[in-house]
Amino acid sequence: MVARVHVPASVKRGAVFEVRINIQHPMETGFRYDNSGRPIPKNVINSLVARYNGVEIFRAELGSGIAANPYVQFYAIAEASGEIEFSWVDDAGQRGSERASVAVAG
Amino acid sequence: MKAPLRRRFISVLAAMTAMAALPWVRAARAQSDPFAALVLQVTGGAPVRAGRVTVDTPRLADNGHSVLLKVSVECAMTAADYVRSITLLSGRNPRPIMATFHLGPKAGRAEVTTRVRLNGTQRVLAIARLADGTYWSGDAEVEVTESACLDAT
Repeated sequence: MVARVHVPASVKRGAVFEVRINIQHPMETGFRYDNSGRPIPKNVINSLVARYNGVEIFRAELGSGIAANPYVQFYAIAEASGEIEFSWVDDAGQRGSERASVAVAG
Repeated sequence: MKAPLRRRFISVLAAMTAMAALPWVRAARAQSDPFAALVLQVTGGAPVRAGRVTVDTPRLADNGHSVLLKVSVECAMTAADYVRSITLLSGRNPRPIMATFHLGPKAGRAEVTTRVRLNGTQRVLAIARLADGTYWSGDAEVEVTESACLDAT
């Protein structure tokens, strides 16, 4: 699964910064049918966790009400330079992860 | 003599506005609230107060497949006063609980943005649970021209 995490390259210590993630995933609702009329099973990313230097800062339980290629944006506080790491899992049990580094100045 | 059409229209509009403000009309609307059972499921029966939560969506969405939605809570986000979670509920989707976001004192700002699927014109409700255990809610009305749940064959 391809994903992109976006954080500012550098932030001041103590400042609030934006974290964005976009994951390539169909977020199948389970309500659709394929060309031969068979129902396409539900398969959505049901859990998404963000850790900042190993400490969980954000967690989301997603459902079929989230659009395909899920996009989530939230905020974090700059404490120390390091990494924001996301990991997620879908209904089919497939896991994914992606990270981005942030440099904290001052 | 008959009043001009525009004047009659204005008076009808005024009457409608007055009706909406009547308490019994409001009560009737509350009874048919599509969220009542869902909110109970989310809060476990705890009281939910309206306010402090803002849901930002486009008033009119051409397409229900992907609607940008921002939910923010009036909260200082300190170690003692922070948002624990935000749940997004749809008034018309086949699976009405769209997402739950768990934040904490490290979240910086009580604000989450995502893109949702909407099965037609509806009201979207967000319920925030704060650190002190209180629940707050805010909503937004979204008009969707093309629903997300059309049979894609």
